Amino acid sequence: MSRSPLLLQVGHLARRSVLRTLRQPVNVVPSFVFPLILLAVNVGGLRSAARIPGFPADSYLDFALAFTFMQGALFATTNAGTDLARDIQTGFLDRLALTPMRRAALLVGQLAGVVALALVQATLYLAVGLIAGVRPESGILGIFLIVFLGVLIALGFGAVGAFLALRTGSGEAIQALFPLFFVFLFLSSMNLPRNLIEIEWFRTVATINPVSYLIEGIRSLIITGWDAQALLLGFGIAGGITVVALAAASVALKGRLARS
Amino acid sequence: MRAFVSVALAVAWRGIHNAFTNPSILVPSLLFPLFFFTAFAGGLSRISDVPGFDYPAGYTAFQFVFVFLQSAAFGGIFNGFAIARDFESGFARRLLLAAPRRTGIIAGYGLVALVRWAATASVVFVVALISGMEVLGSPDELVALVLLGLLVNVAAVLWACGIAMRFRTLQAGPLMQVPVFLTLFLAPVYVPLELLTGWIHAVASVNPATFLLEAGRGLFAGEPTEVGMAFAVALGAVALFTLWALRGLRSAESAG
Repeated sequence: MSRSPLLLQVGHLARRSVLRTLRQPVNVVPSFVFPLILLAVNVGGLRSAARIPGFPADSYLDFALAFTFMQGALFATTNAGTDLARDIQTGFLDRLALTPMRRAALLVGQLAGVVALALVQATLYLAVGLIAGVRPESGILGIFLIVFLGVLIALGFGAVGAFLALRTGSGEAIQALFPLFFVFLFLSSMNLPRNLIEIEWFRTVATINPVSYLIEGIRSLIITGWDAQALLLGFGIAGGITVVALAAASVALKGRLARS
Repeated sequence: MRAFVSVALAVAWRGIHNAFTNPSILVPSLLFPLFFFTAFAGGLSRISDVPGFDYPAGYTAFQFVFVFLQSAAFGGIFNGFAIARDFESGFARRLLLAAPRRTGIIAGYGLVALVRWAATASVVFVVALISGMEVLGSPDELVALVLLGLLVNVAAVLWACGIAMRFRTLQAGPLMQVPVFLTLFLAPVYVPLELLTGWIHAVASVNPATFLLEAGRGLFAGEPTEVGMAFAVALGAVALFTLWALRGLRSAESAG
């Protein structure tokens, strides 16, 4: 039985995307190392935060591990966006537009590299956590779910990066947006649970910020066990970001191909 | 001497003009410290409830001093990017040809960093005051803190200048940033040194940035501590990185 043209196209572009990602150690290595360095620094510096009355975990490492997944996803955004922007700048996308390639294949194929990288990242972060003594309350099944949610978040963020690349067509613009994404991360419940954030406006921002719920989804599997509300919010928001960003990227791609 | 001053002022004027008329250069250097201040002072204020945390001016002031010194360091680093960009565009090579005293170029870039940091630090200070920060230090102690910041800023720009003049490309940006970032974050950023435990306490105890932070926080709270050591560290860094930047200039000269 022959494969459908769409699957074939996705397969070719996915292979290219994965290989390109793996062949760029300058882009790949920081996405592994930097989140782990920041984890070590934050856990070292904030270890005593676990002594605040009402803190939900015995160890700050258990609490903080979830944040590394978000940072990894942030790298996915910039990697996906920068790669796609480079395709636009070098004319690859224009040449591709001359072929019968379908839009869906292009987007899904491009994001395959993000998914591959996110899978390796999530496994590494979790392995480092386990070696350092983290024991997820949700057990073995929870470990798989943590990796799955980590990859889904990276896919959603990667789709945001692809959308921005298609809108701007500039790798520099994507790099310049990195600090903005960082703001979203820092203005969330990454360092303390929302109920322990003392400053009211900050707590309000962290409550509105969807990143808080993505972190709390992963964190709940580590420190709480099976928290249906946290998981529904985490998966719901990650899925929502992915669907909306893919739809927006698809529209942006249509517009860009029409112009080329 | 006149040639040195005229080169320094010309480079400084151009750099200051570029920095303050180009939002893509100005805005990140203003926003980053504000953002760190907001995230740390706002999001982590409950850290002051940790048993043993006894900084008299409160957690906002505790984080302000870190952000103040961090903005001084990164103000210098951001200027390193500008130097690298000047090499990439070919401007720096033309400058090397035209300048009668090339050491004035380094001084000029240093002046730019100082002016840029003065603007950033003022904005952060005003925002911190609006957010209710307590200032317990006397005017003399605050002046000493500003002087400490100036020295950190100069040391950072000399470090970044040395890198930029050796590599002459913006791709060397991480080389300028990462060591400074790690040095700062391996100091007592979130809690005082005595509340750190394990490996980070061992690292922070020998980290020169710890002396700067502890002295800065002491001055700001009106309880000076380790001030002499902090100034010795800052002056030592300026002396060391002056040599580093001058050697970088020689490297750029010989590269042509």
